[in-house]
Amino acid sequence: MYDFNYHRVGSTDEAAEKLKAAEDATLVAGGMTLIPTLKQRLASPSDVVDLSGVSDLVGITVDGSSVTIGAMTTHGAVTGSSDVRGAIPALADLAGEIGDAQVRHRGTIGGSVANNDPAADYPAACIGLGATIVTTAREIAADDFFTGLFDTALDEGEIITAIRFPKPKRAAYMKFPNPASRYALVGVFVAETNDGVRVAVTGAGDDGVFRVAEMESALAKNFAPDAIADITVPDGGLNSDIHASAEYRAHLITVMAKRAVAAAG
Amino acid sequence: MTATGIGAAVKRVEDFRFLTGRGNYTDDIDRPGQAYAWILRSPHAHAQIMKIDTAKAAAAPGVIAVFTGKDLQADGIGGLPCGWQVNNKDDSPMAEPAHPALATDKVRHVGDQVAVVIAESKDEARVAAELIAVDYTPLPAVLDMNAAIAGGALVHEDAPDNTCYDWHIGDAAAVDDAFKQAAHVAQIDIVNNRLVPNAIEPRAAIGDFDTATGEYTLYTTSQNPHVIRLLMGAFVLNIPEHKLRVIAPDVGGGFGSKIYHYAEEAIVTWAAGKLRRPVKWTAERSESFMTDCHGRDHATHAEMAMDKNGKFLALRVATKANMGAYLSTFAPCVPTYLYATLLAGVYTTPQIYCEVRAVFTNTVPVDAYRGAGRPEASYLLERLVDRAARETGLSQVEIRERNFIAADAFPYQTPVALEYDSGDYGATLDQALTAIAYDKFEARKKKSAKTGKRRGIGFSTYIEACGIAPSAVVGSLGARAGLFESAEVRVHPTGSVTVFTGSHSHGQGHETTFAQLISDTLGVPFEGIDIVHGDTGRIAYGMGTYGSRSLAVGGEAIMRATNRIVDKARKIAAHMLEASEEDIEFKDGTFTVSGTDKALSFGEVALSAYVPHNFPHETLEPGLNETAFYDPANFTYPGGCHICEVEIDPDTGEIEIADFVAVDDVGRVVNPMIVEGQVHGGVAQGIGQALLEGCVYDGTGQLLTGSYMDYTMPRADNLPAFKVSTNTTLCAHNSLGVKGCGEVGAIGSPPAVINAIVDALWDDGVRDISMPATPEKIWQAIQAGQRAAAAE
Repeated sequence: MYDFNYHRVGSTDEAAEKLKAAEDATLVAGGMTLIPTLKQRLASPSDVVDLSGVSDLVGITVDGSSVTIGAMTTHGAVTGSSDVRGAIPALADLAGEIGDAQVRHRGTIGGSVANNDPAADYPAACIGLGATIVTTAREIAADDFFTGLFDTALDEGEIITAIRFPKPKRAAYMKFPNPASRYALVGVFVAETNDGVRVAVTGAGDDGVFRVAEMESALAKNFAPDAIADITVPDGGLNSDIHASAEYRAHLITVMAKRAVAAAG
Repeated sequence: MTATGIGAAVKRVEDFRFLTGRGNYTDDIDRPGQAYAWILRSPHAHAQIMKIDTAKAAAAPGVIAVFTGKDLQADGIGGLPCGWQVNNKDDSPMAEPAHPALATDKVRHVGDQVAVVIAESKDEARVAAELIAVDYTPLPAVLDMNAAIAGGALVHEDAPDNTCYDWHIGDAAAVDDAFKQAAHVAQIDIVNNRLVPNAIEPRAAIGDFDTATGEYTLYTTSQNPHVIRLLMGAFVLNIPEHKLRVIAPDVGGGFGSKIYHYAEEAIVTWAAGKLRRPVKWTAERSESFMTDCHGRDHATHAEMAMDKNGKFLALRVATKANMGAYLSTFAPCVPTYLYATLLAGVYTTPQIYCEVRAVFTNTVPVDAYRGAGRPEASYLLERLVDRAARETGLSQVEIRERNFIAADAFPYQTPVALEYDSGDYGATLDQALTAIAYDKFEARKKKSAKTGKRRGIGFSTYIEACGIAPSAVVGSLGARAGLFESAEVRVHPTGSVTVFTGSHSHGQGHETTFAQLISDTLGVPFEGIDIVHGDTGRIAYGMGTYGSRSLAVGGEAIMRATNRIVDKARKIAAHMLEASEEDIEFKDGTFTVSGTDKALSFGEVALSAYVPHNFPHETLEPGLNETAFYDPANFTYPGGCHICEVEIDPDTGEIEIADFVAVDDVGRVVNPMIVEGQVHGGVAQGIGQALLEGCVYDGTGQLLTGSYMDYTMPRADNLPAFKVSTNTTLCAHNSLGVKGCGEVGAIGSPPAVINAIVDALWDDGVRDISMPATPEKIWQAIQAGQRAAAAE
């Protein structure tokens, strides 16, 4: 990797100061994306600000209506949390399918959400559950947060502190992994929330995570796999690469959505 | 059988140091004053180098030197040699274009070496390399073999039509005649997918130069250090053997990719001499993807003629084999003598004709990879036999049984040069059928159907030739090397033993298996035996490890040297016991005079050999140290039956290997645990090829599968619990009766997997599926099959 200045900070305020002061700084949370990128010299930030010393960003709190997960909470902590599993089992399951054991014990929810990799799992949960992204400056609805490939609504210097997931009536996530990377080739998060049915798709869209309105309205009428069996997402906006054509991804969205509905019960 | 003798499942003695981080790999070695090399590589698949400006890089912090191909040329450094010459149909030699260690005028694949920066640290070398300005004029790249031979861009000006050779074997006219008599003809077009080898340890090399003695030392990740010494010393750097030592310490996997002499070895050795400093280079994983020789990459059309009973009459094969951008060390022999000579398989096919066109493309060079030619042959043949069964209406089992070479037909001369020495293919098949409960397959298929799944079963009754090889045979076929092996057995005064072997262990467990040979023969405790390998400074000579040859050739050399130790020790014992040599018996480490209670332990005899106070020196020399060179009489012929059962989800195309049986005949088994492990690893790689792995270039020659994000290696959760067993017939021409086990898994398994998929989807109208059989391919094939059925 190229040389950079390294800062380990104790608070988000301190992190924000470092970000502001530096020429071209980047935050590092778990580093599961940033560190390989640095090692391959695909990024050359002047400064790296490490959030791992900010202890109040770690933790899970569950109340009657929601699960709030601190930005620096690892995937391993989420999937291993009996509180999360009790409140939103689909979320605990999703976290348990991210990467491998090593990644799950380093990678964090805040890092994943801020990175908005189009094949990451958490964006599907955020959109599928209608989560709220809590930052140092404000609260952002997930629907407004993921703005494009590796792009989010975060402003310069704004840091995610937590994600708040409302408890759904029922939900499930079905992932068809890329055989090589084990990211989602197609992942579908289906939830019946207090505000209606949500169907969020990751891995497939050429602009990142997206909702499938047609499936949502069909499921609102009849929450059963058969209700969406004939609904196919047009392959026009889907990724096509050496791992899967857009046609196959479109097909998998329907299959995974049906399976998620069945699993949500 | 003793607890540590032949046949015992002794735990691998090397594993403690590997598993506890005490291995000594090339990158673990640091020499005093060591500098670091970084190689600048071509970003283009094909380009003319107009100018290389190294001035900025040379002035960068920490930089000691920057060298280009012109510097090597100026020092008279030759290109990398090819170790095997294959001739064309008209007996003219193959095209053998130059392979410079650093490119001079042109680059020919992404990753081709362009310049080297040597600096005080690896990071400084790397930073400086980015400052080298190379002015390239990109040229059209040729990637597809058909385009390459059809007037595409020329990879080498001196290889017209991008053809390396157009070779053949067999009697074309006799095959044509047989086809005229055929009642049935089965045919198939198949591609054997290009693979990236992916040893867990990336390649590394350290060049060192001793200014006092003028001796060079190369530490390198090699499967055959003596071969590297010969190739690099004699053909590239012009350093005589006595001034060049090559050490291949612990090596973390090779699978063939570490057989070859690579440019980096020559560069660091040359630079160490020039700079009078040790120079170390260690590959990044992404460099491994684009510089370690790739494997396979064949495209083949094949036809089998049969009589009305499904008996094979003749086989006709036409193959195109991708050589990549340059000829790697042994590349030419892989699609010829390691491939076409195996096309009889385990069958009595009386006439075979095969023609092979080797083609240059702007891709990474292709050479031997676990199995080397034999996986390509068995995949072709076993897929074709499957098709022949469909053509004739015979079952997968019946068509094989009708065509097997009978157990009493050995030695069996095939129409493609090889003479098989032993085997019992029917018994092996029967054992495999029992292991997979073949009689209950239909019931399992019905059960799968109830959950909407498709279940299929696939067979592969393969053979391979290994234990390479008789030097006389390979010499007549174009090898520029002999293929014997050496061993030295040194018994120390207190009776402990050091064995110096020319074989090289890079995962095979030689330190255990070879010690078992010694323990069994000499009765020496296991702890008293050390196996030394991988150092031309300590070992007399060696041809190294590949082609499953270590036990069949290297082990046999050890046995011969050990038997000489016993002969010498017997002489000493006879002297000490005042008996005649003929009356001395040796058993379980004790010499006795037959019919008496006079006895000496092996250790007592060893001590006497080095304290020869009363030896009759005219007739009995001191010392107990023997050497043997062994050149085998024939190849060995492991074979076996692999049966794969798959269950496919037609909704997604996902495939699960429901069961996998491997019954292999590897000859006598010295350590069953190690054999089982070798089969497990080989089958995992074979399943990797069949389902997961495939090297993909884009249209401009960029490697799309250049990391583990895109190149799918098999992982534990892709694989079932294998049912592995052996069915042994002994090799007829070595004293151990061993055949070899390193490659059988990778050779036998791919056709079993693909045949199982085709079987599962036959009723969906699927007739073929290419490797790797990804879920999308399977799903698309089902869609196409159903569309075709609907159209009828």
